[in-house]
Order: sequence, then structure tokens, then C-alpha cells
Amino acid sequence: MPRLSVEDLSFAYRDRRVLHGITFSVGAGEILGLVGPNGCGKTTLIRCIDGMLTPGGGRVRLDGREIRSMHRREVAQAMAYVPQSAGNRTSATVFETVLMGRRPYLNWTVSREDEEKVIAALDLLDLGDLALRKIAELSGGERQRVMIARALVQETGAILLDEPTSNLDICHQMAAMEVLSGLAGEKGLSIVVALHDLNLAATYCHRLMVMKAGAIYGYGTPDEVLTEEMLRSVYGIEAVVKRDLEAPYMIPVRSGRPGEGV
Amino acid sequence: MEQSITIQTGYARLKKNRALFIGGLLAALVILIGVAVTLGSAEFTVAESYLAILAGLFPGTFTAPDMAGIIIWDYRLHRVLFAVCAGFGLAVAGSVMQGILRNPLASPFTLGIASAATTGASIAIVLGAGVVGGEYLVIGNAFLFALLAALAIYGMARYRGIGSETMVLAGIAIMYLFSAVTSLLQYIGSAEQLRAVVFWTFGSVDKSTWPKLAIVSIVLACTIPYLLYRSWDLNALAEGDEVAAGLGVPVERSMIVFMVIASLITAVIICFTGTIGFIGLVAPHITRMVIGGDFRTLLPASGLVGALLLLGADSIARSVLAPQVLPVGIVTAFLGVPFFIYLFMRRRDT
Repeated sequence: MPRLSVEDLSFAYRDRRVLHGITFSVGAGEILGLVGPNGCGKTTLIRCIDGMLTPGGGRVRLDGREIRSMHRREVAQAMAYVPQSAGNRTSATVFETVLMGRRPYLNWTVSREDEEKVIAALDLLDLGDLALRKIAELSGGERQRVMIARALVQETGAILLDEPTSNLDICHQMAAMEVLSGLAGEKGLSIVVALHDLNLAATYCHRLMVMKAGAIYGYGTPDEVLTEEMLRSVYGIEAVVKRDLEAPYMIPVRSGRPGEGV
Repeated sequence: MEQSITIQTGYARLKKNRALFIGGLLAALVILIGVAVTLGSAEFTVAESYLAILAGLFPGTFTAPDMAGIIIWDYRLHRVLFAVCAGFGLAVAGSVMQGILRNPLASPFTLGIASAATTGASIAIVLGAGVVGGEYLVIGNAFLFALLAALAIYGMARYRGIGSETMVLAGIAIMYLFSAVTSLLQYIGSAEQLRAVVFWTFGSVDKSTWPKLAIVSIVLACTIPYLLYRSWDLNALAEGDEVAAGLGVPVERSMIVFMVIASLITAVIICFTGTIGFIGLVAPHITRMVIGGDFRTLLPASGLVGALLLLGADSIARSVLAPQVLPVGIVTAFLGVPFFIYLFMRRRDT
């Protein structure tokens, strides 16, 4: 049984249809990459999966239980969510920010065990040296790692991430994806991650779901999904897709090439 | 292993510093209460004041000096404690509003709640109309209108979808609307009524009594422990609706509950005092600059800072031109603004 399954999900903002006919599943240890142009519905889909938005139709199941029948605290104990630009508003230290990830289990006091879990997550993400620094003093890459550490201490089976690499340079993008890949492999986490960088998505995700205008355009392994035809149809760009490395990668091509048609 | 001990030690030190800060504020408040009750035409020493307070609390164990017991318990102590409770409550309400709305300018005043209370009071003063008659006419109206403003903000936010920006914008709109109504009432009122309205807007703890103090204390005793209990939710909401929802906080319901509680605290205080601005805005900022934004310590600490500010301001208001008493709202601004700017500038330098 897949850990996370979405069946025929639809959503509309008033009379504007944003998502329709979305069906997919994610197993333990699997990374699913959501890709598609701006406004195709990736963020809305993630919010619907996490239960922050109520879908107009369809079902989201987590470990066999329907999300809408679960209390918010139960959802947070089963699925963590890392939104875009998280951590920009906090004046807290790194340690306290990560500690907040224990909120689904805390009432008021913090136990020694909670503190130890935070330290383990900081250690895993190589943030130990920054533990007592303020979030505001960190770089974008460090902040992103803090948010992933916070999701980790939630001790959930699934993590949803909305463009976690959008503010990072290529080195930090890869570092963040390596962390997610490691978590999926070692801890068997199911990860759904919205990404803009198709090459990064193809390199790290087990499967990709391409979205176009609120619907699924393509769903499968990176090899199956990343094609020149898909790029033309979904993004409206010409690109060459190469398959001479472990994962496919694309190189965009300017429509009016120098020398062509001159 | 070594690093994990360093982190735990560092965090323990952070918690200890915060506890020390709160302990220090508490000690300062106890001292200031002792000093504040000595102020007035009948002079006592601070020691005599404490003795009189203790004699009232434990009649068999302590004996109050001549007259001190009567003067302090009947005339001064309720005013001093009222200032403490009002300062505490306004600061806590400000902390909650700034936190959940993620806006450093959010306070009962910028959200229009105080403005609505002034309109309610003005209607009572100028038109003599209100839901409660007698001596509670002005108070009842102020309270009702303050809650009405909170409801209107909630209604607008609900219609447009609850969000911190929506609530702040709705609050500002409400503030302008009620200010316009108050101006209209001032325009049509007589000179005497105009004077009364203006005086109400100055804010003061002059009219405190033991029953009024009891009402404010009961509201604070019922609401503040609940806010403290939900400190983690406030921490999560302060980071954003999405973060809070992801951490299991029922965002919409929580925002409403916290707004209603903050509005209730504000309403029950300002209906007795008039508009004492500034405390709810600045006390949370001062506290956050010193001990950070964790609501588990921010709430009690900013409450104590608010209590110290208001009691300090009231003590100065009573003594600087004695026997004349200046409106405390004016003194709070004179006292707190330079301090606030100093703290703010110092933080920018470091």
C-alpha cells in the first residue's frame, strides 16, 4: 500500500478551476518531483495534500487514513510541510526554530528527549555549529537546511516541500537535494517536492509528475517524462534532452539560433 | 557528543537568562509598587507602605503604622494595582496581536479597537445614549464598541479570507471610520462635552476602584494562563499561517480565538482607563529585543514591562506637578518613546 495516495483530486478558488483529475501515489522511500510552469497548481496541490486547503472533490489518504478525517495535530504528526520562504519572519535561534517542529507533540514543557531529537536533526544537517545563532543571521542555504531539520523532528513518514531550492545556488541546491535523497533512502521517508529546475528534479526524484493548467500532463520516471515534446507542449520552449548520463537532462535552445535562417 | 553538550548548555543558559530577566522585572515591579503607594499628600516611607500592605493581607501578623493602612488600602493601592494590571494586560494583548498578525505595528490602537472604544464613550458623553445606564454608561459603551470593532475586523477578514494582512487592513479601515464618527460627535457636542471626550482620550487610572480592579483581574486571570498554555501555537503563528498549519495548528480557529482574547483584554481595560496608547505597541518590542520572541517567556515578560511602564508613568504623572495629576497617556509616551528609540538604535548599531 502506498504511504500517500491522491485520488481524482480537484480544487477551485471560487469559480476558477485550479486542479482537476489529480491521481498519484508515493511509496515509502520514494521522492516524487512536481514540475510544471508557474501557476500550474503545484503549490495549491501541496496545500490540498496537507489539508490546508479543502479540495472540492477527490481523496487524499495518508497511511490509509483520509486526511480530512484527521485532526490537524494528527496530520502534523504524520506529514511535515516546508513552505516557500519559511523562516523569514522568525527572530528565534536555530535551536528554537527546529524545536518548534516538536509542536505536534508538545503542550508547554520541552523534555530532554525533545532537545536530543533537535540536536540529532541539527547534527544530521550539519547545523550544530549554528544552533545558537539567530535565523536572521543565516544564509539562504543554511536557513533552508534549518527548515528541513524542523520537518525532520516532526518525525513524520512523509514530507512535502514547496520549491525548497528556489533561493539557492547550484551548490546548495544539490546539497539540499542530497539531504532529501539520503532521508528517503535511509529513513524510508516519502517525499513530495515541487521544483522548477528540471535537471535537478530528474537527477534526484524517482518519479516526476508534470502539471499543466491544473491537470497531470505526464507521470512516470524521469526518463519517461522528460522529453523534448513535453518541454514544447508544457513550457512552450525548444530544448534538447540528452540521455548520456545516469539521469536525463535538458538543454534549452533559443528559438532563433545564431546563424539559422540568416 | 561534545557538540551536543555545548548546544544543550547554551540553550540552558539562554533559558536561565530569560528567567533572570523575568525575575528582575518582578523584583523591580515589587519595589516600584512600594514606592508608588508612598506618593501622595500623606507621606510614608517605603517600609511603612510595605508594612501597611502586609498588615492588610495578614492582619494578625503585621500591624500598619497610624493611618497608613487606611490611606494605602482605601485610596492608593487599588490605583497602583490597577496600573499594574492595565499595563500588564495591554502589553500582553499587544504581544498577541503583533505575533499572530506578524505586524510590528499591530496593537489595540492601530487595529481600531481603542478608536472604537473612544467612539462608544463619545456617544455616551455627547448623546447620553448607551446600553447600560448610570455610572457605567461611558464604560459600558466603550467596552461594547471595542468588542464591536474586533467583531467587524473579524467579519471583514472572514469575508475576504482570514489572513494577517487582511486583518491589519480591516483594522486600519475601522480605525478611520470610528475616528470620523468621534470627530462628528465632537463637532456637534457642547464645549463641556468636548472637554469630557478629549479628557477621556488622554487615558488615566484616576477612576480606579477595587471592584473595577477585580473585574480586570478576573479577565486577566482567565485569559493569560490560556495564552501561556498555547504559547507554542503563538510561536508557530508568528512565523506564518502555512508554517503554523504545517505544525498542526488549526490556523483560522486559533487566529479568531487569539484576536477575541486580545480584544477582550483591551476592551475591559480601556473602558475603565480611556485610551492609554503606546504600552501595547512598545512593551512587546522592548521585551523581544531583550529576550527574543518565544511566547512562553515573551508573554509574562512583556506583561511585566508593560506594568512597569504604566505604573512608572502613573507615578511620574502624580508627582511631577503634584497635587495636579497629569494624564498618564501623555507621560507614557514621554517616558517610553525615548527609551524605545534608544533600544531600537542600539540594536541597529550592533
